Amino acid sequence: MDILTPMETTALLLSLRVAGVAIALGLPAAVLTAWVLGRYSFPGKTLLDGLVHLPLVLPPVVTGYILLVTMGTKGVVGGWLYQTFGIKLIFTAEGASLAVAVTSFPLMVRAIRLSVEAIDGGLEAAARTLGAGPVDRFFTILLPLMAPGLLSGAIVAFAAAMGEFGAVITFVSNIPGKTQTLPLAIYAATQEPGGDAVAARLAAISFAVALLALMLSEFLANRVRRLIGQL
Amino acid sequence: MLDLQIRQRLGAFTLDIAFTAKERGVTALFGRSGSGKTSVINAIAGLARPDEGHIRVGDTVFFDSARRINIPVEKRRIGYVFQDARLFPHMTVRSNLEYGLRRVPAVERRIAFGPVVELLGLGHLLDRRPRGLSGGEKQRVAFGRALLAQPRLLLMDEPMASLDSARKAEIMPYIERLRDEMNIPIVMVSHALDEVVRLATTMVLIAEGRVRASGPVGTVMGRLDLSAATGARDAGAVLDLTVEHHVPEDGLSVLAFDGGRLTVPQIDRAPGAAVRLHIHARDVIVALHPLTGVSLRNALAATVVEVAESGPSSADVRLAVGGSFLIARITRAAVRELGLAHGREVVALVKGIAFEPDSSGAASDRSGRVVDV
Repeated sequence: MDILTPMETTALLLSLRVAGVAIALGLPAAVLTAWVLGRYSFPGKTLLDGLVHLPLVLPPVVTGYILLVTMGTKGVVGGWLYQTFGIKLIFTAEGASLAVAVTSFPLMVRAIRLSVEAIDGGLEAAARTLGAGPVDRFFTILLPLMAPGLLSGAIVAFAAAMGEFGAVITFVSNIPGKTQTLPLAIYAATQEPGGDAVAARLAAISFAVALLALMLSEFLANRVRRLIGQL
Repeated sequence: MLDLQIRQRLGAFTLDIAFTAKERGVTALFGRSGSGKTSVINAIAGLARPDEGHIRVGDTVFFDSARRINIPVEKRRIGYVFQDARLFPHMTVRSNLEYGLRRVPAVERRIAFGPVVELLGLGHLLDRRPRGLSGGEKQRVAFGRALLAQPRLLLMDEPMASLDSARKAEIMPYIERLRDEMNIPIVMVSHALDEVVRLATTMVLIAEGRVRASGPVGTVMGRLDLSAATGARDAGAVLDLTVEHHVPEDGLSVLAFDGGRLTVPQIDRAPGAAVRLHIHARDVIVALHPLTGVSLRNALAATVVEVAESGPSSADVRLAVGGSFLIARITRAAVRELGLAHGREVVALVKGIAFEPDSSGAASDRSGRVVDV
């Protein structure tokens, strides 16, 4: 006997996939942004910092609305994507990934930036004297040393992405099997008469996934810290 | 060989430095904290960019403001030993050592892994992480890592400043071995006179961003006008001697230099070995005639070169002894009464040359070539 009903399995797998894609695509950009913000001073840094953090302070519904306007098939970017490549983001799982990538991006950047700033700049200077160029230094010194922050940032952002509601429902709507992630399924269940039990089970699944993610984050970060000699 | 001439604005003052360093040996940049020494080696390494001037090592131009040349740090192939070691915490000692080595094409590798590990005594540390190492061990790994990057020039920024005196005594012999066994010029920043006297061949005295004096350690240390810059309490000259023979029955060793001989308590060094003595000015007595009936054994024929006031009642007398110099700190009254002036023939009596036995200078007597007074 299966523990989860088919509907629950679908919602859970969809949530995992949407969040997974969002983190996988957002992570490189987050590392780059965190590196630039944590290591360099340049004009417009405050603006970039503000833009990165915007999704954290904006109501998610507003983020979703902005995406709807710009990335919809009639939006500036979305229209171009649709005309040129035939890519449609609105009302799709890919669109859901984009929405949660945007809302979870600041969480990743913050965690990674903290670990970038904690890296002694003298180590990079030492690597330079030993003949390592910028890309070489990034991969051999910075990336390994920011790994704990990168890992915990990614996992926390993943958990947050699993739970994103407002941006997703505004941008890609609530279509079972296509865009109906766990929180959207819970919302849908509460709207139906007698859906309380369904909602409660879905909530329990969400709870378990979030807790697991946080524990995994802690465990892996410690492992990595030991691996890179910080513990 | 290093040829450097740079100007750089540094906040309150301007660094304006020029000197050259030889193919071999240790050039010590000596001066107080904040005198601009570290800025000089950062400019050599390329970590700082001078406003103008040039830096050349051999026939390679690292920096030339007139010709708009500024080779990036990673292309200069300069070994840099930082004050705080800066080992990569996520790598083992072995990986740290190999970091620079692996970035040099195989055909250009002259300095091999094994000999460096042996020279610095790192064999038992290779699989450890930097975190668990002592300060002295970390610094030795840093030496090895810099050496294995096959540098044209080795820079050291106060490599012993963060170590206590026991760790310092442990590290010094290794630097001596680098100096004597590796064919790489070393430029070392230091504000500790004992390090300079023991390790350096050439000394560049820097004060307020400018070169006050430069030349062989003995010559610079023998100048009277610099004692304020080198530290008045440590005023004294440096003599380079060789062990002539031992007198085991008396427990003595006889050391020779071009100005004569000095007898010292027996040292553990073979005849012919080079020894450097730092003879403090307060340990040198000036007499007009050879003395008889005194217990002092070390008397050298000397000529007064220069007399300078060094305190309210004291004067420093610079004495030529052969081609070397001694400094005697005596009272101004004595200068007057003895009529000491340029050209006067005198006898310099050196008291209390005591080689430190196996205390803090222990390591030096085993493998070093320099012994302090």
